[in-house]
Amino acid sequence: MMALFEILLTSSFWVAAVRIASPLIFATMGELICERAGVLNLGIEGIMVIGAFSGWMAVYLGAGLWGGVAVAMMAGMLFGLLHATLTVPFGLSQHVVGLGVTLLAASTSYFAYRLILPEVTSPPKIEPFQPFEIPYLVDIPLFGPAFFAQTALTYAAFGTVALTALILYRTPLGLAIRAAGESPNAVAAQGLSVTGLRMGAVIVGSGLMAVGGAFLTLSAFSSFFFEMVNGRGWICIALVVFGAWKPGKALLGALLFAGFDALQIRLQQTPIGQVVPYQMFLMAPYILSILALILMSRRASVPAALMIPYNKGER
Amino acid sequence: MRLEPIANPSLARRLGFPALALAATVIIASLLAALAGAEPFGTLGLIVKGAAGSKFALLETLNRATPLIFTGLAIAVAFRAKLWNIGAEAQLYAGAIVTVILGTSALSGMGGFALPIMALGAMVAGAVILLGPVILKTRFGVDEVVTTLLFNFIMILLVSYLLEGPMKDPMGMGWPKSAPLDRDLRLPRIVTGLRLHWGFALALISAMLIWLVQTRTTLGYEMRAVGQNPQAARFAGIPVNLVLVKTALLSGGLAALAGFSEVAGLKGHLSLDLSPGFGYTGIIVAMLALLHPLGVVVTAIFVAGIFVGADSMSRAAGVPTYIADMLLATALLLMVLAIGLTKFRVVRG
Amino acid sequence: MTDTRPEAQDVVLRLNNITKRFGALTANDAISMQLHRGEVIALLGENGAGKTTLMNILFGQYTADEGTVELFGAPLPPGNPRAALAAGLGMVHQHFTLADNLTVLENIQLGTVPLWYAGLGRARARAKLARLADDFGLVVDPDAIVATLTVGQRQRVEILKALYRDARILILDEPTAVLTPQESDALFETLRRAVASGLSVVFISHKLHEVMAISSRVLVLRHGRLVGEVATRDTDRHALAALMVGAEITPPKLTPLTPGPALLRLRDVSTRDQGTAPGLKSVTLALRAGQISGLAGVSGNGQSALSDLISGLITPQSGGLELPETPPRWTPRAAVAAGIARIPEDRHKTGTIADFSLTENAILETYAAPPYSKNGLMNWRAAEAHTRHLIDTYDVRCPGPSGPIRQLSGGNMQKLILGRALELSPKIILANQPVRGLDIGAITYVHGRLLAARKAGAAVLLISEDLDEIIGLSDVIHVISEGRLSPEFERGQLTAAELGLWMAGQGFTHAA
Repeated sequence: MMALFEILLTSSFWVAAVRIASPLIFATMGELICERAGVLNLGIEGIMVIGAFSGWMAVYLGAGLWGGVAVAMMAGMLFGLLHATLTVPFGLSQHVVGLGVTLLAASTSYFAYRLILPEVTSPPKIEPFQPFEIPYLVDIPLFGPAFFAQTALTYAAFGTVALTALILYRTPLGLAIRAAGESPNAVAAQGLSVTGLRMGAVIVGSGLMAVGGAFLTLSAFSSFFFEMVNGRGWICIALVVFGAWKPGKALLGALLFAGFDALQIRLQQTPIGQVVPYQMFLMAPYILSILALILMSRRASVPAALMIPYNKGER
Repeated sequence: MRLEPIANPSLARRLGFPALALAATVIIASLLAALAGAEPFGTLGLIVKGAAGSKFALLETLNRATPLIFTGLAIAVAFRAKLWNIGAEAQLYAGAIVTVILGTSALSGMGGFALPIMALGAMVAGAVILLGPVILKTRFGVDEVVTTLLFNFIMILLVSYLLEGPMKDPMGMGWPKSAPLDRDLRLPRIVTGLRLHWGFALALISAMLIWLVQTRTTLGYEMRAVGQNPQAARFAGIPVNLVLVKTALLSGGLAALAGFSEVAGLKGHLSLDLSPGFGYTGIIVAMLALLHPLGVVVTAIFVAGIFVGADSMSRAAGVPTYIADMLLATALLLMVLAIGLTKFRVVRG
Repeated sequence: MTDTRPEAQDVVLRLNNITKRFGALTANDAISMQLHRGEVIALLGENGAGKTTLMNILFGQYTADEGTVELFGAPLPPGNPRAALAAGLGMVHQHFTLADNLTVLENIQLGTVPLWYAGLGRARARAKLARLADDFGLVVDPDAIVATLTVGQRQRVEILKALYRDARILILDEPTAVLTPQESDALFETLRRAVASGLSVVFISHKLHEVMAISSRVLVLRHGRLVGEVATRDTDRHALAALMVGAEITPPKLTPLTPGPALLRLRDVSTRDQGTAPGLKSVTLALRAGQISGLAGVSGNGQSALSDLISGLITPQSGGLELPETPPRWTPRAAVAAGIARIPEDRHKTGTIADFSLTENAILETYAAPPYSKNGLMNWRAAEAHTRHLIDTYDVRCPGPSGPIRQLSGGNMQKLILGRALELSPKIILANQPVRGLDIGAITYVHGRLLAARKAGAAVLLISEDLDEIIGLSDVIHVISEGRLSPEFERGQLTAAELGLWMAGQGFTHAA
C-alpha cells in the first residue's frame, strides 16, 4: 500500500501516464469520429501500425519529424479511404472489412520494412520529438510536468480532443456527422450526402489513428518494432465505448487507463512485483478494457445507426 | 449511385465476381513482386512450386493447412450465427495448454486411449474461453469482437507465464517451452515415413461433421436463423441466447482442436510460437470459403500453400515473406467485395 | 374548399411524362401533372401504386428513367435533393426523417448552414423558428431532444423543417397515418394557413374522407399509372374508391355472433417501458371465443408492449396473464403451444427471415418437434410437403417452396405467415397491423381469413392504426393511450370522433 502511494506521489509517474495516454487519445478520437458517423472501424489496429511504420520511415529517410507525422496521417487516410469505400457506398460488413484492413495495413508495413531494410537485424533509430517545458505551468506541483513538460505531439493530442469536441458540438459539420450516425435518412432528407459525410469521417478518423501509431515511433520510442502496437487499437475501441462516444469522457478514459498502465509498470519494480509474475501486470490493460466495456454496457448511448449501412432508396 | 438488390443472381454473376477477385489478387501479387525487384510471374511460379512442387512440399502444405481447417471451421460456424469470434488464437492456445497438461502428466502411460480424452479436454478449454465473451454479449450486450480480440492478448501472456513458471520444461535449457508429450501420446503419422499426421484426417472429419450439423440438424437451422435475423428467430420461439452459447461451445472447441493437433501431431510441446496467427488467418480461410465447412478445407489448403510457397520463394527470390500476408488480406477484401457485388448491382439514381 | 380555378401562369410544379422502372416493375408510367399556386392537390392510390416513388423522384432521391420536372418554370436537375430543397420544395416523409439524438432546433438547422461554416448561428435560427411556429400554429420546444417528442410533435418538426427552408411547395406523404382524428384536424388547419399564405400542397393519402376534406383536385394513381384527375367537388368517395382500385370495394360483412367464453385474460397487467415506447399500465382485457376485439390507438402508445406480451416475448411485471392452461414459463414457444397464432407487425423484420426459403420460414415456429425434426435431426421432406400445402391452401403466389422469401410481394409473404399461424388451428389470434402496406386484394383476403377464424370460434385481437379498419371489423373496441387501456366499447357504441378523443388520451380515469 505504501508503495502505491509513493508511486502516485511522484511526478514522473504522471508524466509517464500522460505519455502512455497520448497515442491512445489520437486513435480514440479517430475511432470516435468514425463511430459518430455510423461506421465501426476495426482497421484501427493495422492503421496504427502503418502510421507507426510510415512516420518513422519518413523521418529515417529525411522528412523531418512533422513531415513524418504528415506522412503517417496520409498513409492512415489512404487505408481509411479503402475502408470507407468498401463499407460506405458498397455497404459491406464493417466487421470483416475492418479486420481485412488491419491485416492489410500491418502486412504492408512489414513488407515495406523488409523491402527497404532487407538486411538489418535491429531497426535504425531516429531522433524523436523532445519534450519541452511550458514555463511557469510546469512548476505546478505533481501534475505540472505531466501536462506541461511533454513533446509537441502530446500537446497536439490534447488539442485534437478540444478540436473534435468543438467540431462535433458547435459546427454545422459536426451536427451533420452526429446525425449521420443516428439517422442517415434525416441527413439525406436535408439534402446532405450520407455517403460523403461517412466517408469523410472514416478517412479523417483513420488519419488520426495513424498519428496515434506514429506517436509510438516518433515520440515514445525512437524506432519501429514488429508488434509494437500490440492491441492498442482494440483498447481504443473499448475506450470509445467507455467514453460513451463523447470526446471529453473518452479523453478521461484514456488518461485513467494510461494511469493504470503506468502504475502496473512501476508496481513491477516494487516488492509486489517479486511475488506476482510480470505477465499478470501486462495483462492488466486488456482486463481493464474488458471491465470498462462491462461497466459501460448498460449506460452507453450508442449511435443508433452504428454498423448499419445506408442505402438510399431503402425505406 | 445506389445499390439495387438482385433477386436471383445469375450463375455467371455468382462465379464471375469471385473469379475476378482472385484474378485481381494475382495481379496485385505480381506487382508486389515486381516492386521487390523480382520477376513477377517467376515469383508466383516459385510460390506454386514451393507449395505443391514436390511430395515434400505438398505434405508440408497439408500439415500447415491442418490447424487452419480447424480455426477456419471455428470461425465459419461462429460467423454463420453472426457471432464475431475473433479469438480463435486464444482458444487454440487454451486447447494446446490442456493437451500438454494431460499429455505430460495426467494421462501418462494410458497409451492410445488418452488421445481422445486429450482432444476432448482441449475442446472443453477452448469452449470455456469463448463462453466468457458470449455471456458478456448475451447478458450485458458487450460487443464480442473487442472482448475476443483482447482475450488473445491475455491468453498469450498466460502462456508466457506458464512456460516460464509452472509448465516450464526442466530440460529446456532456459527456452520458454513446455516439457514434451509422452511418445505414445502423439498423433501418429497417417502413412509411416511421411510427415503428415492424423490431425489432418481429424480436420477433414470435423469439416464433414460440421457440414452435416449445419444442413441436417435443428441446431444448424437455429444457428442460421439467429445469424440471419435474430429478431425473427426470437419471435418464432428460437432460444437465441442458448443457440449463441451452443455456437460458442462448438466454435471454441473447434479452434482448440487446432492447438491439440499442433501439439500432439506436429510440435510435441507447447511454445510461444506454436501459432503464427492461425486464429487470425482462420478468418480469411472462412471468408474465402463463404463460410461453407467443406469450402474451408479447400481454402485452408490454398492459404497454407501460399504461406509455405512464399517461404520457399522468399529464400529463392528474396521477396519478403510478408507478401503472403498482403496477398491474403487483399484476397479477403476483394472477395468480400465480390460477394457483395453478386447480391447487389450498382445503378444510377 | 372554395373553388378558385387557377390560371395557367400560376403553375408552380409540372411533371412531364415521368417514368421509373425497378427491374421488371414499372413504378411510374409516363405520369404528367401540374400543381398551381395556393392549391392542395391529393395524390390518391393504394399501397404500391407509385405515389411515394413519384415524390422521391421529385425530391431527387431517385432519378427518373424518362421525363422531366419543372419547378417555378425552371427545369429541376434530376437526382439532386439539394437542388429540390433550394428550389422551394419541402417534403414531410411518411417515416419521419429526424435524428433522435439531436434537439428540434438542431434537426431543423441540419443542412441549412454550409458545412464549412464555423458556427451554426443558433440565435437567428431560434428567432426564425419562433416566428414560423407562431404563423402556422406549430408550437414545439426548440431545445427538446427529438427522442422525447410524441409522434404528433415530431410531425410538427417535420413541417417546420420545410417551412424553415422557405418551402413554397409542401409534399406530405400519408401524414395522418400516425395521428388521432383531432391531430389530423389540427394538421389540416395548418395546411389551410399555409395555402392561404401562398404555398401549394401535395397531399398523399389512401384515406378517402381526408382527401375529400382537404383537396381541391384529386389525382388517382393505380399500378404506376395516372388513371384519373378530377376536381374534388365533382366527385365523391365511391367514385374515387372505384378509380383507386379499379372496382367498387365491398367492405367486410360482420354477421352477429354470440361470443363464447374468454380464452385469454389480462388482469391488471403492467410491463416495463421499452426505451421511449411505453409499457402497459394496469391493463385488463378479455379475448372471447368468436369475437374480434379491435385495439385502436396512435402508434407508439403501448401496442408493441401488448403485442409482445401476448406473443410471449415479454412477461408481465405485475398482474396476471391467464389462459385455460397457463404455462410455467411465458415464452414465444409457450405462446404458440397455448394455441396463440401470431401475426407480427413487421413481416420483414419479425415475421420472416429474408434469405431463408419459404420452407425454412414456414416451419420457424414448429421446427423443433415432429414431423419436422426428430432427435435434433431435420426432416426437410416433411417441411417441404407442409410448405406446398400452405402455398396451395393460402394462395401464396411464388416460384416454389425453395426460393428465398424476400422475392415475394408483401401480400404473398403475409399469406404465408397467416397460413403458418392458422394451420395450427389456433384458439387465439393476435393480428398486429395485419394489412399494413398490402393492396386491396390481399387486404380482402386477410380480413376474410380473420372473419372465418372468428366464425370458427377463435378469439381475435386486431391491432391497427387505421381506425376505419378497427371500426369495420371489430365486435368490441378498446383504445390504448400511453400504455393505458380504455374500457371495452361495443360495436357502434362510439363514433370515430369519440374514439379519437380516447386515442388522444381523454377519458382515462387515472394518469399515465
